[in-house]
Amino acid sequence: MADELPKPELLATATDVPLLRIDAVVKKFGRFKAVDRLSLDIRAGEFFALLGPSGCGKTTLLRMIAGFETPDEGRILLDGKDIAQVLPHRRPVNMMFQNYALFPHLTVRENIAFGLKRAGMARAEMDKRVAGLAALLKLQGLEKRRPDQLSGGQKQRVALARALARRPQVLLLDEPLAALDKKLRESTQLELMELQRRLGMTFIIVTHDQEEAMTVAHRIGVMDGGRLEQVATPRELYEAPNSRWIAEFVGDVNVFEGEVASREAGRLTISTKDGGAIVAAEPRQPITNTAICVAIRPEKVKLSRRGPVSDAGNAHAINRLEGIITEVNYLGGLTTYKVKLDSGAVLRSSMANTARLEFDAYMASQRVVAWFTPDDCVVLER
Amino acid sequence: MSIRRTFTRPARISAIAPYLWMALFFLVPFGFVLKISLSQTVIAQPPYAPVFDLAQGWAAIEAALAALSLDNFRLLVTDNLYVLSYLRSLFVAAVSTSILLAIGYPIAYGMARLPRRWQGLVMMLVIVPFWTSFLIRIYAWINILQHDGLLNKVLIALHLVSAPVVWLSTDSAMYLGIVYSYLPFMILPLYATLAKMEPAWLEAAGDLGASPWRTFWLVTFPLSLPGVGAGILLCFIPIVGEFVIPDLLAGSNSMMIGQTLWLEFFTNKDWPVASAAAVVLLLLLLAPLWFYDRLQRRQLEDAR
Repeated sequence: MADELPKPELLATATDVPLLRIDAVVKKFGRFKAVDRLSLDIRAGEFFALLGPSGCGKTTLLRMIAGFETPDEGRILLDGKDIAQVLPHRRPVNMMFQNYALFPHLTVRENIAFGLKRAGMARAEMDKRVAGLAALLKLQGLEKRRPDQLSGGQKQRVALARALARRPQVLLLDEPLAALDKKLRESTQLELMELQRRLGMTFIIVTHDQEEAMTVAHRIGVMDGGRLEQVATPRELYEAPNSRWIAEFVGDVNVFEGEVASREAGRLTISTKDGGAIVAAEPRQPITNTAICVAIRPEKVKLSRRGPVSDAGNAHAINRLEGIITEVNYLGGLTTYKVKLDSGAVLRSSMANTARLEFDAYMASQRVVAWFTPDDCVVLER
Repeated sequence: MSIRRTFTRPARISAIAPYLWMALFFLVPFGFVLKISLSQTVIAQPPYAPVFDLAQGWAAIEAALAALSLDNFRLLVTDNLYVLSYLRSLFVAAVSTSILLAIGYPIAYGMARLPRRWQGLVMMLVIVPFWTSFLIRIYAWINILQHDGLLNKVLIALHLVSAPVVWLSTDSAMYLGIVYSYLPFMILPLYATLAKMEPAWLEAAGDLGASPWRTFWLVTFPLSLPGVGAGILLCFIPIVGEFVIPDLLAGSNSMMIGQTLWLEFFTNKDWPVASAAAVVLLLLLLAPLWFYDRLQRRQLEDAR
């Protein structure tokens, strides 16, 4: 297989010149705008994920890149050429379909070779290419089987091999792992990443599973209502969401609504209805609105019986909220708590179970102090 | 695993039902026909001999069995009339079925690609002719095709012909009648398989570089072969034995086996020869059925 793969030094060419540019694309179905003036650049060699709830337009966008849908407005530039009106069979782009869409009347070998035959590849080269893909995706010995004689995981790998066979400039993956069970899905995610890294190919994956997107992708574009809400690395998306919607869509979050009371030395003091005065680090983008909200991830909320000991003499303000634990959920790696604050609001906290203990650190109906630092807070406009 | 263990008692009884039906309404009558085909024609009531008479005792039955012979089958292969009838029947059925496939496939394909809400309506339109008696529809064609019929009037009005064309009592009229009558039997099985075609298969083929035309031949057509097979059988077999349409629409210079059979039975009153002709016809039609069955069996084994 070694000679079948591009050389490593050719791989790391993730330059700033976009391989694929989506430029103000609009797609309407009747009066419904599935994709609404969306622009996006994807770099060569990038693993990009389109994430969003169902009906957000992510699949429509992918299908426009593949050529199954034609944009009503805008351009799709691949390597500088507008391919928006090019028919699917003339695009140097291949797709791995949701539910795989393997040809039921063809063997594994014939399925993988289908695209190569259409390209008029010579028999010997084709055999070599198919054998290489079978080795890469651990399909040896299955070449003569039909799709209905394969397991779900095997079908998934055949579909991937078939889509990779023509060495497309961009590989599109439409919910490629949705049909696999959880364990297999997780190991397959790692295989996908490894494959993408070795081939240096540009992958665009559509998924509604945020953990999957965060695991595999270099960058994630979160879509809602036909628009891109945020395009960022997984870390940015989680730690620095640019809207309340993103903060709530990606992972769990506690949100307090409030107003900016004062501002000094990079700190905002925000008076909230449910959490009293909360001190938060000032966001990089200046806040223009006074009506804002503060978002804190549950794992940033620490619990203690009396509050942080290091507080004494500490120049940094620490936010402290008191309440009673109402719910304890042991999940193995971590335990989640719900704390009913004295204001009546519910705050969620999660703590890693770093030691083997017979009990959770806190029990229901126990009175605790929940605390977090200003840097743990994300200030967002409402 | 034995049937006893796989099925409950009611299930076992209902599994026998189709076999009972076949035995009662197919095997027993076929036994009669087979016996008559081995008998001799006589002027009597019934018009054949020997007749089994259980009241006469065992010796009489033995004598009757000894009197059976293959003479009628010998006649079928030696007399040109029958051989030509068989050949014409097979030829007419083959030509008609080809035309039916050529017309039916595009119609079924178009139906399967219509928006869902239109498919039911078009399906109704295909089935609607069944609401009128088959004979009446064939008589309607006689009306249309006759000397001063609708077709000739239209052709003359359009100045396509100057004098009425002879349509009736020609092979063209017969083929028209057959294709018209059997079209639903070709369309329905084709539509059933084409409607099950996953759009994603076609998209995948396009994605992998196949033009729409190649996609049709590489994906759609091979995957519709079960429907093609079923449609061909549903048309070919009854057309071989067709009697009414050739009798009413075709000329009288050559006959299909159904007509020959009718003639032997009702006009010549030669029940034994007619029965022998029917037995041979059945044997001829077993061949395509056997072939189709083997094809399906192989597909099932592949699927396992």
